[in-house]
Amino acid sequence: MASTGMRVGSGATDAPVGYAENNFLNHTKGFASWIWTLDHKRIGVMYMWSIILFFFAGGLFATMLRTELWTPKDDIVGPDLYNQLFTYHGAVMVFLVILPGIPAALANFVLPIMLGAKDVAFPKLNLASYWLFVVGALLALSSLVQGGLDTGWTFYTPYSTSTNTAVVPVVTAAFILGFANIFTGLNFIVTIHKLRPPGMGWFNMPLFLWGIYATGIIQVLATPVLGITLLLLIIERVFHVGIFDPALGGDPVLFQHFFWFYSHPAVYIMILPAMAVISEMVPTFSRKPIFGYRFIAYSSIAIALFGFLVWGHHMFVAGQSALMNMIMSALTYSVSIPSAVKVFNWLATMWKGSIQYRTPMIWVLGFIWIFAIGGLTGLFLGSLGTDVHLHETYFVVAHFHYTMMGSTFLAFFGGVFYWWPKMFGRMYDEKWGTIGALIVNIGFNATFIPQFIMGSHGSPRRYAHYLPEYQPFHQASTVGTYIMLVGFIICGWVLISSLYRGRKAPANPWGASTLEWQCTSPPPYNNFDEPPIVPEDEPYHYDHLEWDPELGGYIDKRREGSPAPGAAVEAAH
Amino acid sequence: MSLMHGEHAHGSGHDHEHGHEHGHGHSPYLEHHFETLGQQFESDKLGMWLFLATEILLFGGLFCAYSVYRGNHPEIFVYAHQYLNKMWGGINTVVLLLSSFTIAWSVRATQLGQRSLQIGLLVITLLCAFGFLGIKYVEYSEKWKHGLLPGKHYQPHVGSHGEEHAAGAEAGADHAAAATSAGGEHTAAATTDAAAADSTLSVTAGDHHASTDPAIADSAASAVAAVPAADPNDPLAIDPSKIAPAAAPPAGLAREVRQHEGEHGVMMEEPKNVQTFFAVYFVMTGLHGVHVVAGIIAIFVILIYSMRGLYKPEWFTPVDMVALYWHIVDLIWIFLFPLLYLIH
Ligand SMILES: [Cu+2]
Repeated sequence: MASTGMRVGSGATDAPVGYAENNFLNHTKGFASWIWTLDHKRIGVMYMWSIILFFFAGGLFATMLRTELWTPKDDIVGPDLYNQLFTYHGAVMVFLVILPGIPAALANFVLPIMLGAKDVAFPKLNLASYWLFVVGALLALSSLVQGGLDTGWTFYTPYSTSTNTAVVPVVTAAFILGFANIFTGLNFIVTIHKLRPPGMGWFNMPLFLWGIYATGIIQVLATPVLGITLLLLIIERVFHVGIFDPALGGDPVLFQHFFWFYSHPAVYIMILPAMAVISEMVPTFSRKPIFGYRFIAYSSIAIALFGFLVWGHHMFVAGQSALMNMIMSALTYSVSIPSAVKVFNWLATMWKGSIQYRTPMIWVLGFIWIFAIGGLTGLFLGSLGTDVHLHETYFVVAHFHYTMMGSTFLAFFGGVFYWWPKMFGRMYDEKWGTIGALIVNIGFNATFIPQFIMGSHGSPRRYAHYLPEYQPFHQASTVGTYIMLVGFIICGWVLISSLYRGRKAPANPWGASTLEWQCTSPPPYNNFDEPPIVPEDEPYHYDHLEWDPELGGYIDKRREGSPAPGAAVEAAH
Repeated sequence: MSLMHGEHAHGSGHDHEHGHEHGHGHSPYLEHHFETLGQQFESDKLGMWLFLATEILLFGGLFCAYSVYRGNHPEIFVYAHQYLNKMWGGINTVVLLLSSFTIAWSVRATQLGQRSLQIGLLVITLLCAFGFLGIKYVEYSEKWKHGLLPGKHYQPHVGSHGEEHAAGAEAGADHAAAATSAGGEHTAAATTDAAAADSTLSVTAGDHHASTDPAIADSAASAVAAVPAADPNDPLAIDPSKIAPAAAPPAGLAREVRQHEGEHGVMMEEPKNVQTFFAVYFVMTGLHGVHVVAGIIAIFVILIYSMRGLYKPEWFTPVDMVALYWHIVDLIWIFLFPLLYLIH
């Protein structure tokens, strides 16, 4: 009552119903109120801005790499600096951007609201996760002034135990970042188990939660193995105990096994949340219930479990036995089944739907295209015969950029555009948002399709110099990078300018049916001014939602004439 | 804001499970985002179990490394484990088991509201934990003193009591023959010699280095040349089926000797890369020791709060959580002890 009254009485005549003047953003004020907040929404927002910042840092490294590769010889940096650039590009993008990206930023914001809960199960752990992330990030970047790092983001031994660059700070940072990841995943698993509202069974949950749940399993079960691996690497470097050092009787291939036992599942920490975001947006913008809800839900779990059994495909040429190679190859193929299930279900959802080409949907379409290419090219690498030819070439680089960067980051940006009105209560410029998304997609494909081609021609990765015959491909790739850069700058500008000039957002601008669209935009501090209506079925039904052109959003007909949250409270009085 | 929600939730009479009533659960222990103490406790417990799962996987990596190295080089483990003191390891196992029991009992005492009993049991648990670390310290300093250290720090040498720990120099004469197949007779001979050697034979540290260092360098060269031990064609790889009978000391004799000599008694041909065992030993027990220290801090904290009377039969979550953690620390040791100390 009181809060609704304040909203109306604040004189914000341009604000649509469902927009909240008093919300989690201005609930309390001051720097300290943010850095010590236990509010999952604020932690999510802080994570999001940090991740976007690191994304631009990682993108800067990438742009320098691509610029260097314009000609076969030294252009702007020498080979040593080149090695450091690709190391920092990879490490920053993997550990500071893609791994935490969707779970820690978007899911942190949206997951408790989707459950109608007030917060995640462990708010303090959530804040600890963010601060560990900051400490880890600063430690990793501090290595830039401690001699840099040139091992590649994989820290392979024995090079990483013998190079003179700053391995220990970066590895320690990755260890700390692992804790941040574990805390996030653990929090989400418990929240989904224990804070679901009465009436919301597992199969009434939004598919986003299934994806995040599966991600949480991997974060909790795989990250500790990375932790011990990195710890052993640090011990090896500092004390020379010989666990990985062949000169002392250790086994460097054991490091690779440990590393990929984590890092292959980790690519599912990257892609499962991306798929989860896509599973929300596809039905919303197709105005149609999702096709095969249970298949999508179970396929997330299947990917999480299969993902633990395929790490050996990174060591087909590292002296692994032929039997092991065959098993790993077969299992790798099997992971493509649940992934394909998802893609087919999204396409079936879109089929005969009334697709709305809003900005988030452009990212979705780009994602499906890019993920399909990324997934299919993975089969060439999972196949033993072709992998012997393709390993350590640009084909691998293009493949994992299609899956890790293309798919995950497109979904991340799609999710940012999707939930932006909910987070900040502002609508952005649809036209420029769409243009930005399209340019990024064009630039991305222009960057990496040439790399597939030159990789299949045998061009090795991770070299500052190359044979002149590859120059056209490198130049096309570099042009693509700059196109992508322009696209991301447009996207960033669209988002930032919306904060100042954007129309205030209604509660439900897209007509989505999950619970977070039932609270105001932005949500109040406690997430719901009044209890949300929990669906008794899968959440993707849109019959009760009706477009209101005056509002610029959708109204919920179940609320009997009260157009949006807040108003029902008024009616009750 | 939150106050306002409370007001209008009550005022408007909404009776929904997920409303914003701050009304129910007036317990001061209930956090604002939970509905009931039961829900909060269930969440805490699930979170703790997940955390314990991460701990198991953290150590899982080490157990995996242990399996790989022992599977590839059983002779190293059989040889080197004799330098561990079974008595101290056994006592530590008993100490930890006792502490697990006392902390579990203290949880029960909290549930029943028996505060002084609970505090007493926590104190005993703490004493056990310190006892464990004390014994660990004794064991570590023994290893340190004798140069039984991981990796490049491995430099076994004569102890201060004039004991000879590695019979490398003594067995040097038939080194070449023994390297390929250490026969049972040889082991027996070495062991017998060793028994005599204790009083009569004293080999200088310098001699000893001369015999071991080339072995290490040699193995390093072979390890670099081929993927170590994973390669079945490696001519230096030793068939495990041949190792077991040879490396295990003959029944009776060796056991008798060891009883005489304590942990340092048995003399055998020293295999290559013994430092690997000590790397595994120190990393595993070291990481476990770090967990014991963390457990001591946690137990100390709940002890302080228990003395202040924070925990009641209706809410004792931290005691329960710390106890669970302590059990996992105990459980890991239960695996470490036989795997490191009781090898045949
Ligand atoms: Cu993989």
